[in-house]
Amino acid sequence: MAALDPPQGLSPAARRSPKIKAKGEKIYRHRLVVRLCHWINAWCLLVLLMSGLQIFNAHSELYWGKQGTEINPTVIAIHAGRVRATGARVGFVKVLGGKPILTTGFLGLSTSHGHLANRAWPNWMTLPSGQDLSSGRRWHFFFAWLFVLNGLAYVAWSLFSKHLGRDLIPTLAQLRQIGRSIIDHILLKHPTGEEAKSYNVLQRLAYLAVMFGLLPLMVLTGMTMSPGLDAGVPGLLWVFGGRQSARTLHFIFAWSIVLFFIVHMVEMVLAGPINEVRSILTGWFVVPPDKGHKHD
Amino acid sequence: MIESLFTRRNALLAGVGAGGLLLSGCDQLNDSPSVQRVLNAAAGLTYASQRLILPANGALAPEFKPADIASVFRVNGSNQPGTDAYKRLMDDNFASYRLIIEGLVAHPLSLSLADLQRLPARTQITRHDCVEGWSCIGQWTGVQLGLLLKAAGVLPAARFAVFRCADDNGGGNLYYESIDLTDAVHPQTILAYALNGQPLPVANGAPLRLRVERQLGYKQAKYVMRVQLVDKLAGIGQGQGGYWEDVAGYAWYAGI
Repeated sequence: MAALDPPQGLSPAARRSPKIKAKGEKIYRHRLVVRLCHWINAWCLLVLLMSGLQIFNAHSELYWGKQGTEINPTVIAIHAGRVRATGARVGFVKVLGGKPILTTGFLGLSTSHGHLANRAWPNWMTLPSGQDLSSGRRWHFFFAWLFVLNGLAYVAWSLFSKHLGRDLIPTLAQLRQIGRSIIDHILLKHPTGEEAKSYNVLQRLAYLAVMFGLLPLMVLTGMTMSPGLDAGVPGLLWVFGGRQSARTLHFIFAWSIVLFFIVHMVEMVLAGPINEVRSILTGWFVVPPDKGHKHD
Repeated sequence: MIESLFTRRNALLAGVGAGGLLLSGCDQLNDSPSVQRVLNAAAGLTYASQRLILPANGALAPEFKPADIASVFRVNGSNQPGTDAYKRLMDDNFASYRLIIEGLVAHPLSLSLADLQRLPARTQITRHDCVEGWSCIGQWTGVQLGLLLKAAGVLPAARFAVFRCADDNGGGNLYYESIDLTDAVHPQTILAYALNGQPLPVANGAPLRLRVERQLGYKQAKYVMRVQLVDKLAGIGQGQGGYWEDVAGYAWYAGI
């Protein structure tokens, strides 16, 4: 495994600094392009999620197949209603047409600007906060373009700079050790020393699955909802089983990204939040010293 | 202990406050005309890229099998224009209806429903996609708009076809929509007088509605009375090219 870029800006004095020696070796872990693309991507995904939930609210049912309106069976439905006996307003979710799960205050019925409102997703989760489909769409499509262009630039750069082959595709040696890596993750043990200088095998596989699986699937299911692109690229409908299936998958993939984000944050905190956040902001990462080895 | 409770509560309040600030910050951004102008740039990019991907006369919207037709075609928007003029049309079963084709054409046309039905018809089973998110499949029969425009002789200066409708969507504002000439002469762009083999019901836009199959539902103008050929959209409504575009800021090009 080749080391990452040599630290260009680090002066010999800084490298010899006893403070750094005590903490561990400092390396330039994330290059500028990686950091820029990472943050553009992160902001895009936040805006896309919030504006996407705004768009969802305009029709809070998901279907499977070519078409779907209120008369069709739903995969997920979020609604407001009243309890027959008491007349109390409630919010609820139905999964695969099953029994309603009460979600009053959060899904279906929530407080919006001081009043109870029938909203699938509450206003603190949508962009803009009130019901406004046309604005939601404007935010969504602007950031969808930015997200796609940023993603393409990142992939092109990753291939060109060998970032993909060097840092992301697991080595055979790593793959052979995958069992140990899984156990380490379960025990919340993080690599130290030489191993901490590069992404571990599960990390590589997770990043690859998100960047080359989940994120492209988000774009493709989004494109499948476009009546224009369905005419230009009819294969999209065939792949995803129809426009309404694509809409449902778009929703499921979106929450899969949120799930990845949660794991990403948990790992960041476990691995040392200050060091990790600094490295994705400035590029500089302090390698956690090997335990059991004496430094100096 | 009390001190730490206080700070914890303060921290919590600060967190809630920050969340609120973020929210209202988002809304403030959303309300800013310059932010909206920037966001709108993406609509131009979408339009240009779709025009690049979709060949001018090829790229047909998917057509479906009779088995795919929805049992009930969902009604949305106006379900019956309330104007006196429209009531008179309904009373004589649209016998006095005339479709007017005017504006930048060599020969303005005035066609009755019977005239339209005598012309070659196109029947297509297509999916109607509402901007809200639902889709519904129906069978439409009508006259290709391209055929009518050919008969009227579109003048070189014309760039858009504007549809003037009979339904009042509030404040005496009759519905209107517009499309570019690429979509206007597309083989699947028809003025439909039948839905699922029956005369077009009033709720679905009788006597004549536009089908422009590569765009969303709000472009499929119902109760079409006049087609105007124009060189620019500036003089139409408030200038954004359609009722929902003007009233609520929906994109003029609704290919996504």
